[in-house]
Amino acid sequence: MNWPAVLTLACGTYLLRLTGVVLRDRMRLPDRVERYVDLGATALLVALVATAALTDGSGFAGWARPAGVAVGAVAAWRKVPFVLVVVLAAATTAVLRYLGVP
Amino acid sequence: MRSLSRTIDREDLRDAVALASAIALVGASFGALAATARVPMALTMALSLLVFAGGSQFLVVAVVAAGGGAIAAVAAGLLINARHVPFGLAVGGNIAERWPARLLGTHVMVDESVAFSRARGGGTRSRTAYWLCGALLFVAWNLGTAAGMLAGSAVPDPDSFGVDAAFPAALLALLLPSLRRADARRVGILAAAAALMATPWLPAGLPVLVGLAGLVAARLPASRGREA
Repeated sequence: MNWPAVLTLACGTYLLRLTGVVLRDRMRLPDRVERYVDLGATALLVALVATAALTDGSGFAGWARPAGVAVGAVAAWRKVPFVLVVVLAAATTAVLRYLGVP
Repeated sequence: MRSLSRTIDREDLRDAVALASAIALVGASFGALAATARVPMALTMALSLLVFAGGSQFLVVAVVAAGGGAIAAVAAGLLINARHVPFGLAVGGNIAERWPARLLGTHVMVDESVAFSRARGGGTRSRTAYWLCGALLFVAWNLGTAAGMLAGSAVPDPDSFGVDAAFPAALLALLLPSLRRADARRVGILAAAAALMATPWLPAGLPVLVGLAGLVAARLPASRGREA
């Protein structure tokens, strides 16, 4: 790792973040497009949840993590406070791993 | 900004602190990993301060630790961060009125702050939530990185606390309100399926972008209506 690499990644990442913000400022989006932009963010976040919950690298993450996420999901669906959702998910996975579940 | 402390919702603050605590643990493991991979401390801190995107930071350190080149590492990191473009489109209108503040707020755009803000709908509360979450995560991530770097191999694996399950669960909890809409639910299910199917075949970062394919489900109701 060297400075040019770190600074390139930093500038590149900032520009990626800024691109959407600037485009948003420049354009007056029609409602139809607005709906797609909003649904697009949902699509990305759900895709992120699915891959983060189930995969590690290019393979399956093991059972402990998805089980924890599932417990958190049920808790969230039952309107359990957010903090507890986070703690329940982590605790479930931690206990399963402690018991030897991969 | 002067009225910020008065406008912060207590519940939002508590939720953001919960996320920040978890991110501090992950930051510590990043710092420890970088220290183990013999990345100089200044570079590690620069990554956390200037890049502030966990997935890409872990990836570049892992690539370099495995003997990969810096160019490949940066390219892979940027690929992972490409999802910030559509994120910026989605939340860009609600970061700040003025450009200086908007430029600053752009830097704390991460998955959690985007989801956190969107979960509060639009308007002032959602804008305050964005800054609250983004700023707390930024501080926690950097303090965590510094602590992890100094503690090195003494840092326990956050996976043993189940932190890796906490983030998807937290994001999902933040997404639930928007998934009450039938079209969003359809798009979400298709996005998850597409991303999961792509995972074994594509490099890190791309499967999430493939999730955008879920948008085809957004067209369904209209076309079905026409046929009926």
